[in-house]
Amino acid sequence: MNTADQYLKAIYLVQEQEDGPASTGDVADMLEVSPASANEMIGKLEEEELLNHEKYKGVDLTDEGIRRAREALQNYCIIERFLLEVLEVEEFREEAKQLEGVIDETVAERLDTIIDREPQCPDCFDAEGDVCGLLEPELEASD
Amino acid sequence: MSLQRPVGSDHQLARLLQIGVVLEEVVEARADQHAQLTDEVTDPELRDMLDEAVEESAEHRDRLESLIDELDAETVPFEEIQTLVAAQYETDRDTDGVLYDQLANEETAYKFYDDLIGAIRASDVEFGVDRDRLIETLSEIREEEADGVEDVTRLMEDRE
Repeated sequence: MNTADQYLKAIYLVQEQEDGPASTGDVADMLEVSPASANEMIGKLEEEELLNHEKYKGVDLTDEGIRRAREALQNYCIIERFLLEVLEVEEFREEAKQLEGVIDETVAERLDTIIDREPQCPDCFDAEGDVCGLLEPELEASD
Repeated sequence: MSLQRPVGSDHQLARLLQIGVVLEEVVEARADQHAQLTDEVTDPELRDMLDEAVEESAEHRDRLESLIDELDAETVPFEEIQTLVAAQYETDRDTDGVLYDQLANEETAYKFYDDLIGAIRASDVEFGVDRDRLIETLSEIREEEADGVEDVTRLMEDRE
């Protein structure tokens, strides 16, 4: 997943959590980058018409931005599920974050062919828990 | 600003190589499945391509697994992946379906190794395996995937 898509995914999740525009600070926190870096990338994404940025209000994704963000989130879910279901990685959330920058969407799509992902993905993603909402019951059951 | 993190540890490298193993296992299981079930297996060119794909993926898998052994991580047994592949995939029985599937498999593997080599080159970590050998092995596998893409494409063009 490229850097722009990782930003779009983070903005989408912050917007979901806040139920409104995402602040640059929150986006930076989610991605563990500096606010200056986040600002710079947000400017580039605005030029590409993937979001609108209003000072003191925050960032709003455009329809195209939302489409790209949902695709990125779906790829991320695939990586999380693949790590847990196929490779049985306990720290799958942490590892998914490390790997998402190296796993391209074509690769994620191929991994998707051997995991159980529900058709409602990525709507079931729990932004606060940073995990697919449908994976949570499975995780609790395995505890 | 980049989030394109280079490979940062042996653990992460092993995990990525494991993903490579699984991708090879998918190619292997799919090609084998096609070879057994497709009505067109009597076509000698298609049959050869599927046989070669099975053989090549098994060889790639061995090479990746020997790198993983040096990093002291486990790999997923092929039988498990074969079961998952059989459970999840609907087999395309027509020739076009088989060829497109093989093409997608080879292209995906190529893309994966290309990205992985880039992420290793961007890293300054000293890995438990020799970096030159690591990159050389992955580059050789990547080239074989590129040849595979070319072979399937040629076969598709011949049929047009």
